[in-house]
Amino acid sequence: MTTTREVASGATARYEMVVGLEVHVQLRTITKAFCCCSSSFGAAPNVNTCPVCLALPGALPVLNEQAVRLAVRAALALGCTVNEESIFARKNYFYPDLPKGYQISQFDRPIAEHGRLVVGARRDGSPVEVGITRVHMEEDAGKSVHDRFPGVSAIDLNRAGVPLIEIVSEPDMRSASDAGAYLRLLRQILEYVDVSDVNMEEGSLRVDANVSARPRGETRLGTKTEVKNMNSFSGVERALEAEFQRQCAMLDRGERVVQMTMLWDGSRGEVRPARSKEQSHDYRYFPEPDLPPLRLLPEWIARIRAELPELPQARRERFLREFGLATADVEVLTATAPLADYYERLVAAHPDAKASANWVMGEVLAALNASGGSIAHFPVQPAALARLLDLVRDGAVSHSAAKRIFEIMVRSGDPADTIASREGLLQVRDADELRRWVDEVFAEHPVEAQRFTSGERKLQGVLVGFVMKKSGGRADPKRVNQLLVERSGGG
Amino acid sequence: MAVKRDDVAHVAALARLALDEAQMTLMVTELNGILAHMDVLQQVDTAGDSGTAALEQAGMPLRRDAGPPLSLARPLESFAPSMRDGFLLVPRLATHEDAAPEDLE
Amino acid sequence: MTGPSAVAQVSRSFQRMSEVHAGSDGLNCILWSDRDGALAAAREIDARADRGALAGMPIAVKDNIATLDLPTTCGSRILDGYVSPYEATVITRLRDAGGVVIGKTNCDEFAMGSSTEYSAWGPARNPVDCSRVPGGSSGGSAAAVAAGIVRVALGSETGGSVRQPAAYCGVVGVKPTYGRVSRYGLVAFASSLDQIGVFGATVEDAAIVMELVAGRDARDATSADRAVPRYREAAERPLAGLVIGRPREYFPPTLDSRLAALCDRALDAMRAAGAEVRDVSLPHTDLAIPVYYIIAPAEASSNLARFDGVRYGARSAGAGLRAMYEHTRSRGFGPEVTRRILLGTYVLSAGYYDAYYRKAQEVRTLITDDFARVFASGVHVLFTPTAPTPAFPLGARSDPYEMYLNDIFTATANLAGVPGMSIPIGRLDGLPVGGQFMAPHFDEVAMFRAAFGLERALGAAAHA
Ligand SMILES: [Mg+2]
Ligand SMILES: [Zn+2]
Repeated sequence: MTTTREVASGATARYEMVVGLEVHVQLRTITKAFCCCSSSFGAAPNVNTCPVCLALPGALPVLNEQAVRLAVRAALALGCTVNEESIFARKNYFYPDLPKGYQISQFDRPIAEHGRLVVGARRDGSPVEVGITRVHMEEDAGKSVHDRFPGVSAIDLNRAGVPLIEIVSEPDMRSASDAGAYLRLLRQILEYVDVSDVNMEEGSLRVDANVSARPRGETRLGTKTEVKNMNSFSGVERALEAEFQRQCAMLDRGERVVQMTMLWDGSRGEVRPARSKEQSHDYRYFPEPDLPPLRLLPEWIARIRAELPELPQARRERFLREFGLATADVEVLTATAPLADYYERLVAAHPDAKASANWVMGEVLAALNASGGSIAHFPVQPAALARLLDLVRDGAVSHSAAKRIFEIMVRSGDPADTIASREGLLQVRDADELRRWVDEVFAEHPVEAQRFTSGERKLQGVLVGFVMKKSGGRADPKRVNQLLVERSGGG
Repeated sequence: MAVKRDDVAHVAALARLALDEAQMTLMVTELNGILAHMDVLQQVDTAGDSGTAALEQAGMPLRRDAGPPLSLARPLESFAPSMRDGFLLVPRLATHEDAAPEDLE
Repeated sequence: MTGPSAVAQVSRSFQRMSEVHAGSDGLNCILWSDRDGALAAAREIDARADRGALAGMPIAVKDNIATLDLPTTCGSRILDGYVSPYEATVITRLRDAGGVVIGKTNCDEFAMGSSTEYSAWGPARNPVDCSRVPGGSSGGSAAAVAAGIVRVALGSETGGSVRQPAAYCGVVGVKPTYGRVSRYGLVAFASSLDQIGVFGATVEDAAIVMELVAGRDARDATSADRAVPRYREAAERPLAGLVIGRPREYFPPTLDSRLAALCDRALDAMRAAGAEVRDVSLPHTDLAIPVYYIIAPAEASSNLARFDGVRYGARSAGAGLRAMYEHTRSRGFGPEVTRRILLGTYVLSAGYYDAYYRKAQEVRTLITDDFARVFASGVHVLFTPTAPTPAFPLGARSDPYEMYLNDIFTATANLAGVPGMSIPIGRLDGLPVGGQFMAPHFDEVAMFRAAFGLERALGAAAHA
């Protein structure tokens, strides 16, 4: 669990930040929400378009069943109640990347409502709970490129009609870090249930914030502003801080905050008002007459619920319970479902949970960071790594040798045993060979040998050193010590 | 509920229709004339609404998440008013702030 | 090969077009046509082993239904020169059945009107009396059938735009149940009311085409998944045993007594043929026009937002995006469309939605319930006049609301989603008058049965 700090410095100390978030998430479908065009990224402009998503006269929308399934899956994972009947509505406004002149969305009967997430704990240990007001389905707009050609804006409608869910939270967050914690958990859950790429840089996850400030202790909400145009979670946190500071300063000067839209400028690190001349929005929502009500059978919803994987919170609790790991370690191991799966398969094959955790958090993650690859395609499968850990446990290879073996496994994919013997990294534990080395060391260092056998025990370490050196590090130090103790007559 | 000049100006702006003064005045008169006939609805009691129509309505049919896309007999380039490098062109938006909120929403 | 060749039929249609001056210099009922293209299609059909149910039958299609080879302008400047890169489902079905589209017909701009006077391409005229309107908004299709250019034509209905012009021109016009015919490719006016309809010189002609265009289409989420009966077979079913309701609200004291008399003559003829006639009531009928003129413009204001000069159609340049939008739309849309967009935007706008749009939807439910109740009482079909008057002279209707009242007997069927059709029942001062049948949802068969029966019973009197 993340522990969140409250902001408390300067003017802001007297005020409390109140934040609600609206998160748009692109659903990972093959085709668009209302037509059979590909919803994939990166095609040449306007290639993934058809009569429907170009809004040609006479074309009609038909809803993509998979978009509904993913929306319900996400809503259930966020603890929402799925409505057995939901209604699509038209949100009317003109914009060149909105072909129909309205966005098909949902208004007063969304597909799901009333969710809740525990996103962290405050310093006093109280949980940070964020209510989810609603999850509704809608379609994405196209892209407007304003800087490509002089004097004109360029429109690409490949993205127009890609299915989205909008996740609207209650104003339950009290700091920028609360918001950050909520967003990170939200992204983690959506990753776990695999409904979206949830990549803010690529725009598959977008965040708008409603933020207001009020004197600490005040229970009524202050006037909120909407902050937009953030393209990273840290950007959201910085934007919230900036807007909060601005509002606090105003309140301090006795001014009143005006409800408006603020745009975050990441490069400048400041918020500025969106053109206030923008006429008041009047979206004229009304039920979409081209789409009958969406009716979902309780059995169908139940099946989607049954298909949900174990969610992050539950998995963390189970890891703590079953593996007796530190909270911090569990956070790392459950960061993504595939990583947690990898760890669990490793422990299944090599029962030392702690050693397994250390290897995954250490060597495995390091190798992944180095290669930039994903755990799903990691060359060293859990079973193979488990075998290496067995060798270490049994003393067949030293810990330092094990690290070298692992590196080679990552490169070659060969089994640990093969590499250990091929590279001569197996520890020598054969009594005769060890005895031969000890004899040679005694012959080469008569003085030390003499002093040792006559009781100067502190020389044992020195002699072990000589033997290890002679064996090229392959001698099993435990056994060598035993032999020397025998020689010293203290057997 | 009399329609005022400002109401007509508001809806004309929402509908992206430019009206000159004469049209504006005419529309105020005409809309009031038409809407006067609509006021009768306010007197209708719809409380005991049986909702037959709603019941009539079947649920929405869904489509499989698969292609192929509906094809165009002629490419976009052949009928779009202005295109370049595959993009549709429109007059440049003065600033980023011109963007409809939804563009960022 | 039975019957005349497709080429012969299509040639005759084009010959007739010139005889009756179907172009802008005359009836102005056909906006776009391509003789060579149509003949090529006809030759292709004649070459088929099976020429299909239509066997080369020429068809005229309203200008708001998407066709690949002829423009689809919806009678609007904003779509001047626009040729759809895809085709409406109904067009595909008709071509597959051996139909040949011989032209696109004039209509009120975006189907908003009752006279075809609101076309950017000039008004169409009534073949029966060229000084009068053919009705609307599908006036061009009705006129094309009445003028003998085609036996069948496609139109579209939102509040009576097939039935009313059919009545004005003395032909048969059918508006199927909402959801019976795919709207894919029909340029939307009011999506919850729109249906493609069929004109025929006779009830049978209309039935033949209805059978072909009806049925579920995966591209229209509102199209119903219901078996399509063979409507022609309704002809074999006698009127004996048919219960016809006569809703008193459609015969108000203000109704032209000679029109009422023609309706009574039709009812007597059906009674004589064995039908039972009952007086019934649809108490919320008088609310249909107010409800219709809130819901239809509201949906239209949204449906017509896509005409923004960005992806297709005629763009009028302007300094900046907003000016481009406003020039394109203000110059592209005519006065009636502008009026309805403003009205529709107003009733949906903040503060007025509940008073107008929501209330209208609630009252719409009451109107629908009226029909449900009457049909549940054992009535098979309803019979009413199609329109309160015969065709009026061009320019006779100046006040918008007065024009809206032409839909008073037809808008109810669109609001309730039930099927309706108009057939000729006689003439007033030499002008055709139509009688309307309405039936329960998806029971077009009952409607056709009554229409076939009345057509037989009236015989030549239907046109005298
Ligand atoms: Mg949204
Ligand atoms: Zn598409």
